[in-house]
Amino acid sequence: MATNDYVPHAAGYVDNTGPKIVTSRFHHRDSYTLERYEATNGYAALRAVLQMQPTAVHETIKEAVLLGRGGAGFPAGVKWGFMPPVWPRYLVVNGDESEPGTYKDRLLMERDPHQLIEGCIITCFALGLNTCFLYVRGEMAEAQERIAEALNDAYASGYVGKNICGTDVSIDVVLTWGAGAYIVGEETALIESLEGNRGMPRLKPPFFPAAKGLYMKPTIVNNVETLANIPWIILNGPNAYKEFGSEKSPGTRMVAVSGHVNRPGVYEIEQGVVTYRDLFYGDNFCQGMRDGNELKMFIPGGGSSPWFFEEQLDVPIEGSLISAAGSMAGSGAIVVMDETTDAVKACLRVVRFFARESCGKCTPCREGTTWEEKILQRIYNGHGRPSDIDLLLDIGSQISPGEYPVAAWAEKGLTAVPFPPKQTTICPLGPSSVAPITSAIRRFRHEFEAKMTARPADEPELRPAGETWVAVEIADGAGNTSDVEAAEVHS
Amino acid sequence: MTSVEPTEAVTGIPFVLNGTAVEANEGELLIEACERNGVHIPRFCYHNRMKPVGMCRMCLVEVDGGRGPALQPSCMLPVTPDMKVETESEPTKKAQDGVLEFLLANHPLDCPVCDKGGECPLQDNAYAFGAGETRFVEEKRHYEKPIPISDLVQLDRERCILCDRCTRFASEVADDPLIHFIDRGSQTQVNTFPDHPFSSYFSGNTVQICPVGALTATPYRFKARPWDLDAIESTAAADTSGARVVLQASQNELVRTLGVDSEAVNWSWLSDKDRFYYEATNSPDRVTEPLIRDGGELKPTRWGNAMRAAARALRIDPERVAAIGGARLTLESQYAWAKLLKGVLGTDHVDAQLGDSLPAALTLGLPRTTIAEACAPGQIIVLMGPDPKEVAPTLYIRLRHAVVEDGATLIEITPRATSLSKYATLRLQTAPGTVGQVLSALADGQLDTNVGTVQAPELERAHQLLTGDRQVSVVFGRANLAESARYSADALGGMRRLVPNAGYLPLLRRSNIHGALEMGLTPGFLPGGARNRGGLVDKWPSTPEFEGHDTDAILKAAAQGEIDTLVLLGADPLGDFPDSTLAEAAFANIKTLIAVDGLLNTSSARATIVLPAALFGEEDGTFCNLEGRLSPIRAKVTPPGLARPDWVIAADLSHAIGPELGYTTLEELRSQMRATVPALDDVDWDEIDGADDGPLFRPERNWELEFGDPAQMPPTSSYGYRLVVDHKLWDLGTMSQHSASLANLAGPAVLRLSPNDIQLLDLADRQQVTVDLGEESWELPFVADPQVAPRTAWIPARLPGFDVRELLSAGRSITNLRLRTGEVPADVE
Repeated sequence: MATNDYVPHAAGYVDNTGPKIVTSRFHHRDSYTLERYEATNGYAALRAVLQMQPTAVHETIKEAVLLGRGGAGFPAGVKWGFMPPVWPRYLVVNGDESEPGTYKDRLLMERDPHQLIEGCIITCFALGLNTCFLYVRGEMAEAQERIAEALNDAYASGYVGKNICGTDVSIDVVLTWGAGAYIVGEETALIESLEGNRGMPRLKPPFFPAAKGLYMKPTIVNNVETLANIPWIILNGPNAYKEFGSEKSPGTRMVAVSGHVNRPGVYEIEQGVVTYRDLFYGDNFCQGMRDGNELKMFIPGGGSSPWFFEEQLDVPIEGSLISAAGSMAGSGAIVVMDETTDAVKACLRVVRFFARESCGKCTPCREGTTWEEKILQRIYNGHGRPSDIDLLLDIGSQISPGEYPVAAWAEKGLTAVPFPPKQTTICPLGPSSVAPITSAIRRFRHEFEAKMTARPADEPELRPAGETWVAVEIADGAGNTSDVEAAEVHS
Repeated sequence: MTSVEPTEAVTGIPFVLNGTAVEANEGELLIEACERNGVHIPRFCYHNRMKPVGMCRMCLVEVDGGRGPALQPSCMLPVTPDMKVETESEPTKKAQDGVLEFLLANHPLDCPVCDKGGECPLQDNAYAFGAGETRFVEEKRHYEKPIPISDLVQLDRERCILCDRCTRFASEVADDPLIHFIDRGSQTQVNTFPDHPFSSYFSGNTVQICPVGALTATPYRFKARPWDLDAIESTAAADTSGARVVLQASQNELVRTLGVDSEAVNWSWLSDKDRFYYEATNSPDRVTEPLIRDGGELKPTRWGNAMRAAARALRIDPERVAAIGGARLTLESQYAWAKLLKGVLGTDHVDAQLGDSLPAALTLGLPRTTIAEACAPGQIIVLMGPDPKEVAPTLYIRLRHAVVEDGATLIEITPRATSLSKYATLRLQTAPGTVGQVLSALADGQLDTNVGTVQAPELERAHQLLTGDRQVSVVFGRANLAESARYSADALGGMRRLVPNAGYLPLLRRSNIHGALEMGLTPGFLPGGARNRGGLVDKWPSTPEFEGHDTDAILKAAAQGEIDTLVLLGADPLGDFPDSTLAEAAFANIKTLIAVDGLLNTSSARATIVLPAALFGEEDGTFCNLEGRLSPIRAKVTPPGLARPDWVIAADLSHAIGPELGYTTLEELRSQMRATVPALDDVDWDEIDGADDGPLFRPERNWELEFGDPAQMPPTSSYGYRLVVDHKLWDLGTMSQHSASLANLAGPAVLRLSPNDIQLLDLADRQQVTVDLGEESWELPFVADPQVAPRTAWIPARLPGFDVRELLSAGRSITNLRLRTGEVPADVE
């Protein structure tokens, strides 16, 4: 492998010696140009596909069991088959990557935009549609520019637009970008945003995009990484693809590791082969914990996923196995935290994200996440009440009823609750806020309790648990959020 | 969960509700199916007249559709066969309690000073299902307390539970998307766009559908406690659509109007005029005792004196007596006055319309359809009249819904674009004076040449649509006061020939105008729409011996000294008749002016005798809407002072003149009407009172409608701008002006021009345009308005600033204006 023009990992990508499907051009400094793309077998898959029947292309993807890389891990080929025979129909590329900790799609868009475009065109061809919308997160300015440039080149060279490569196939790709909302990463909210509305999720059912999507027409929403796999699969065939990864989850996937490891970054790994231990401690990958510290916990699939601990280090990185272990592979965002981490603060930090990013559409998420944040902030500030811990869990159960997914804790004889959670909300954002709370309280309850006694000396005494509490609100007159003090009522 | 009584029989899809096998209708939402089967599911965002959004999550129930029980919002879920639904299971209760707790978490507990307190769904649900104590000890969310989002509506964002009802209503129903969610997370709030108030004609509906006290109506704020209100169902009388309402009064004063869901008419929606103009009845300007002019001044007198004076003035040659107005009256009062004027006095100079409409024969003679039939899915609706949003806002909501949601096709044949134009499949832009020839060409199949401003391909397309196999409904009226009504009548003649089986909905101004026309308050007709020489001769003392004048001719005759006594039944010819010069000349020559009204207007202020009448909400009676549908008008408060219902005044006046009208109670009056008008024979007034959708009053006509040859188009003038004049909802009308909250809503009179013409006239950087008509010139402010067609100028009537009637003359077939910047001398005309 030519690594002479290796790009340092400041941009987030770390080369490793494993198989490469989607990151094969990342080591070239000019990987985003049409020249480099064409020189490295680019658009060969498209030319091949144009000689095939659309259904054959669809079959190839189905056979390869290409799993969606956006979070749910649903087979793309099967999803494509859900579209009723209604035209017009659309392909929407979800490039609104904003899950906390995730930054793999950004690299795919910045470093290999042509690979994505080729994947889009092949998909459009396979599904018999002629308009693809590429929705890129608002904050990703460089990705937008690179894609715009790539699209211009691809249009000029006849890979996109009218009469692609001289055939009578015509497909347009429309680049558009968001206005900075996390929830627009959810496919129905993305569609709303694309239609020019406020980005708020639609209820499924009845608004499954494959049937009633963009402009109420059949719409496939695919993740950037999912589509980036397609040219390789076409060129090398489904069998070659299946040689990588596990039987259930063939191929590779990109994981974005951040946190307290020596070498954080994006790695392309074989699904179901590499374990978290390999990833964190392997020389090819993260090369161990920072300062040789002990691992405290890690988030395996983005901020929405329940936390894992050292017991889960040997779980292979593969969707169904992670789900069974009580979390989700999600978008492959892994956040590693070592022993110096304050579990309450980490929990507060993640919950605050969801509270701030709740779209405000449905009640449990809008009110529940903010309430959770306020309680956690209060606990963190040393104003917690003992009953707050169970209150947090109960609020969680009102957003996500039933047992919330959580990892096993062998030491205490606690078993795993498999993913996914139930929800009283429209979309999974609300339940996502419950993940850090459930995970942190189950494992580190003592840290929460410790915060309650660790109060500055001049603070009034806390009442013992179990007695009646009455809230005394301290309003500052300007309507600013302020802490609430608990006071005893002497009857 | 509270039990409610099942309302109608169920058939169709079997499902299991709390262990009991029940049935749902095809496609019915679970929340509705449960309601019909006696189980009420609490809800906030769901409203049966809007699309469900499933946002509040209050209606979550446990549903097992075959893949195990899961919580689903029942407002979004159509019932599927054999679905198992648990509305009282533990998971359901836990979810609903949770949602309620979340909603209350940040909701201010200012219920004691909240207008919604006592009728608040949030209060009710908290009372029924709430935990009783709060676990939320954090500081609540704070916003500035109520901010006015329009002249009529205040928004308290702290109370808002973000159910999306008001915002959905604004964008989906009213099509005024002026309020929206802003910010996100728990800071999400409803608000207007900066500098764009929620100035919708329908803003009051958002107050009614708000499930908390977040939206309150300025006129009602802090007026009454809901449990003190006394209510009665009635009919709104601000326009001809006949929307059903509940009138609510406190201490013998009307304080609020709410919309009632009538399937046939208003679907629970009201215009703000319908909703708030009850304020006029509480006006301090009400006439509370009879007045008589003495030494140039109106002075209070006793009923007896006033009656004697009026009787003296009326006991003259019937050809010298005339009456204008009557649309404000109830059907019963209209009958009583028709009998007094035509049967007792023998005059036929009676007209309830004020020269701003179409000949009564058209309204009475064209086959009527209903709103529901016109709005049925897949039908064709033709609009040949004024903008429905301005004239009958409730009808506008139904028409818009039909086109946007139910696939009805709208064809617009109007001189200016209307609020519905953006939904029209085809729009024929008929310059003033051309519509008659356009329809004539369509009826004759002459589709290969342009007619006026309408191009041949448009004619072809219109012909194709109208002669297809889809039912055609025509909504018609007077689209332009500045062109002769003749052209509109010709157009209807053309439509009759083109689509013989089309149904018609007349779009007239003035509340109960249809009742007035049906009861004979129009020249040439007797009650039941019978011609003067009809079958009433033996039931009334007499009938007119001559064919009377319409308002136009009455005023002309009066101006020539041929009318001595003029009766005004709530009409204001000086303020409302399109030719103000003629009205003024007529008034100068009338000897005795008798005004029967509850409020003095420009005309009645000049009366010799004023007889104080009961107004809306003060008398019982019947309303006849544009479909001919009868619905109750009910009294909730007593008339102020000595004011009386109009039918009582008619009877007393007749007594003072001599002959009796033959009734002493409303019941006796109604039996007399039944005996006189065959079509009323089987009308049961008790049933009208109880029904959501009243019966249709469709008398058989003993005459045929005839149309002459269409008038030729007026010649095109190379410099002329053809004037379009019509009415806006908010104007200087008497009732609006006496309603404190509505009085200031009428915008200034501004000349409206198409943006392109503004360029052509080189007006872009000017404030005013010079208007030449005949010898006279005016300097008028103007704005660019894309609703205006090229080479036309639109000025709405009866607005403050400029009385457009200065430009109108009853004799002109069209009104051609010359427009110019100030400097250029007028060289032609």
